[in-house]
Amino acid sequence: MKIAGQTNKRIASPLIRLWRSLWVTLRHAWAKRETVSYPEIKRSLPGRWRGRIVLTRDPDGEERCVACYLCSAVCPVDCIHLQARQQDDGRRYPETFRIDFSRCIFCGFCEEACPTLAIQLTPDFEMCERSHDSLVYEKEQLLIDGQGKHAGYNFYRHAGIAIFGKAIGEGTHDTPPVDHDTNLP
Amino acid sequence: MSFAQWLFALANLGLVLLVLLLIGAFMIYGERRILALLQDRLGPNRAGPFGLLQPVADILKLVSKEFFVPPFADRTVYTIAPIIVPLTALLSFAVVPVSDNWWLADLNIALLYVLALSSLRVYGTMLSGWSSNSKYSLLGCLRTTAQMISYELPMGLALVGVVMLSGSFSLVEIVAAQELPFIVLQPLGFIIFLVCGIAETNRLPFDLPEAENELVAGYNTEYGGIQFAFFYLGEYLGVLLIAALATVLFLGGWHGPWLPGVVWFALKTLALIFLFFWLRTSLPRLRYDQLMDFGWKLMLPAALINLLMTAVLGLFWMEG
Repeated sequence: MKIAGQTNKRIASPLIRLWRSLWVTLRHAWAKRETVSYPEIKRSLPGRWRGRIVLTRDPDGEERCVACYLCSAVCPVDCIHLQARQQDDGRRYPETFRIDFSRCIFCGFCEEACPTLAIQLTPDFEMCERSHDSLVYEKEQLLIDGQGKHAGYNFYRHAGIAIFGKAIGEGTHDTPPVDHDTNLP
Repeated sequence: MSFAQWLFALANLGLVLLVLLLIGAFMIYGERRILALLQDRLGPNRAGPFGLLQPVADILKLVSKEFFVPPFADRTVYTIAPIIVPLTALLSFAVVPVSDNWWLADLNIALLYVLALSSLRVYGTMLSGWSSNSKYSLLGCLRTTAQMISYELPMGLALVGVVMLSGSFSLVEIVAAQELPFIVLQPLGFIIFLVCGIAETNRLPFDLPEAENELVAGYNTEYGGIQFAFFYLGEYLGVLLIAALATVLFLGGWHGPWLPGVVWFALKTLALIFLFFWLRTSLPRLRYDQLMDFGWKLMLPAALINLLMTAVLGLFWMEG
């Protein structure tokens, strides 16, 4: 009896399993569709989505970018090109700022490297073009009038400012600022 | 035959060819929609109404691609191989009776002819894998050859039961003999034929020859453009052929109440094609040793038992 039972089980269970997997897929014919019909229905993207890159301005309306070249240096595909220049008051700004989006991989390293939170990635990916040339964005196309993700932040109000009651380099753990002109080997 | 008769025959052939090619193209669309239906997706629905022009777009894309032969391939064989696959499938359709007065040829050895062509079909996949001279293609072609040989045997044996019952190799006479469909008398034979048919057409769960996860695309890895389209066409025509043959041999072909014979034939064939697509969504691929075990240790003995039972019962029936 026992052997017969085992034999029945050995023959029956593959058939039951076969039917079960067929039944599961058939039931899904009435399930809700997961596909989103994209151009008609657009999903809302999360705020930290890494899409089209912009250059933002600080709350005073000045360019945040100080042309430090860190974004250009960190870019793994070398798609950022810029040229620094100084205003009369010594503040640096990019004379040209160019991103080749046909090479950009939207890794977000430039955003992480930026000390002034100027360069930011936005939740926008609809930037199809018919030629590579039109994917090269110049400064006019990159620079926006808003502050982007970090409203109210102004680099010059945080950096290079003396702490209350102490001048730069006088804190317990501070080292005095280095004079670049005397620091040559 | 007079010139007009020749012309008529040729026009007939051309019509059948065109219809079959269209059906083959639209089966790809149908499969993609059905797979999507069973997998909570939408499938191709952009080109034309309900995406019905998708096969047209696919064909245009494949035809407009470059005809490329890899420098390491055997050029002649590489070019010929993809033509064999759809050709054998198309030739087999000549003997399939669609209704009680509608077929291209009524051969008295139709069943042997179909089996012979399905054996020739192996050459298409085998030569393509061999001539591509690439490791994935070679592995795919080795698997194809082993699989085809293993599953052709039980398939042929399962069909002997049908031949015994109807007393004929002609498909027309086999259908005519099925007032009671042979699936009732030969349930085991039907299952064996269907399983072997799935294996013969390299469909899941027996798609070892083109297992995407292991062998990029198996025997057709190196192919592109129109040659790739030939392989696809051959595969879907093969599915259509197996479904049509199962209908003709076991499900009673054109027989059925109320509706005309063609409609019954089409309905039964479509149901079987749906089964093919349904199995593809549901079942995982077999392992290679499981495939061989299944073919030689289960299908072949089952086919032999079926043959023996049919012979013994038939003998008693005729005596009694």
